[in-house]
Amino acid sequence: MKKVFPILGVVTAVLLIYALYQALAVAPTERTMGDVQRIFYYHVPSAWTAFLLFFINFGASVCFLIKRNQTADIVALVCAEVGVVFCTVVLITGPIWARPVWGIWWTWDMRLTSTLVLWLIYVSYLMLRRFSSSGETPLLAAALAVLGALCVPFVYFSIWFFRTQHPQPVMGGGGSIDPRMLHALLINWLAFSCFAFLVCWSRYRLEKLQREVDEAHALRSLHDPGGRVR
Amino acid sequence: MSSLSALTRVTLMKDLRLEWRSKDAINSMLFFSLLVVVVFSFSFDPSAEESRLIAGGLIWVAFLFAAVVALNQTWAREIRNQVLDAYRVSPAPANSLFIAKTLGNFIFVTVLEALMTPLFIVFYRLRSLGPVWQLLLVAAFGTWALVVNGTFFAAMSLRTRSREIMLPLLLFPISIPALLAMVQATTAILNGEGARFWIVLLATYDLVFTTVCLLLFETVLNAE
Repeated sequence: MKKVFPILGVVTAVLLIYALYQALAVAPTERTMGDVQRIFYYHVPSAWTAFLLFFINFGASVCFLIKRNQTADIVALVCAEVGVVFCTVVLITGPIWARPVWGIWWTWDMRLTSTLVLWLIYVSYLMLRRFSSSGETPLLAAALAVLGALCVPFVYFSIWFFRTQHPQPVMGGGGSIDPRMLHALLINWLAFSCFAFLVCWSRYRLEKLQREVDEAHALRSLHDPGGRVR
Repeated sequence: MSSLSALTRVTLMKDLRLEWRSKDAINSMLFFSLLVVVVFSFSFDPSAEESRLIAGGLIWVAFLFAAVVALNQTWAREIRNQVLDAYRVSPAPANSLFIAKTLGNFIFVTVLEALMTPLFIVFYRLRSLGPVWQLLLVAAFGTWALVVNGTFFAAMSLRTRSREIMLPLLLFPISIPALLAMVQATTAILNGEGARFWIVLLATYDLVFTTVCLLLFETVLNAE
């Protein structure tokens, strides 16, 4: 396992560089929006990656509620953390694109609002993990994750009633897209997913080590209660 | 099932009697929402036409914040003499406690709404253009949505460090769709437009979240 990590790191770096080249040089310039459209190669893959990570968080939380397995808890935590980072990227790149194209930074449109609410839900999830005392955190967090995931369809339907300004989704939206653009988009998504996986993995190892250290500390104080006070 | 309803009734009656004698929650809620009404009325100073457009939002924001006051007190009472720990070791089903607490909060918030709504009508010169019975439906479903999630998250935030702050942090993001539905439905009815979609959405929200809260409450109550 130790050897796989650096190899994956190198592969991710190469992919990210190739994806950057694809997005900036190979993909054709959009006719009406111009170069600002290229942010799309970062915006959309980040969104997909974030949604994927939140979905894994939901799965891991359900798994934890059923099996009380510590690995599932760490996976849920890690996916929520990295997912929030990618979701933040989505929420920052969106307005940068929207300002020149729509003329406004923000609008209360379906996708924007549901992404924002999703972000709020998972930030509150991370807050809960931070504020609760160690023993019961995983259970409470898993319960919140399940409720949060159930909230998503409601957010989507409630905001569906408002006017939608966002461009049609690339997949299944019926819009046509230049194959070179699609290629650049998919390469970027692959690169971002690899990158997210890499970060999750290293965060996973860190969290696991942290828990082992905590456990060792607790054990030592049990065995040697009169020991040095630090 | 009969033990569940008996326990629910006993716990609910105990909470109601406690509240009747102390009036802690209802007084602080009433005064709080009165302040919200007055402050908003100063800051917007709307005409009758404008207030019809903003009243839905104002009313529900006031009730939401006031409900948090009651929700925070729900479980705090049970901690004082280790009542909650006693409940945990007893064989009583956890859900009967949850239902009792939720019903209690529902009654408190409904009383608050019944007392505050006339004040809103007077201060904002409100007159509904749509059917009033629909507003009652929205109030019932909306209050239940706030209260069922709020009671659940209040039990959750008991275990956290700054629990009074934690409750709104957990409750508000999850309540956004419900809150949106309540506000939109109220505004639509006040302006004489149809609100069926929002009422159905609220009812579905209530159904889904009540079920999930009932499924998860025992786990949260016994989390160690």
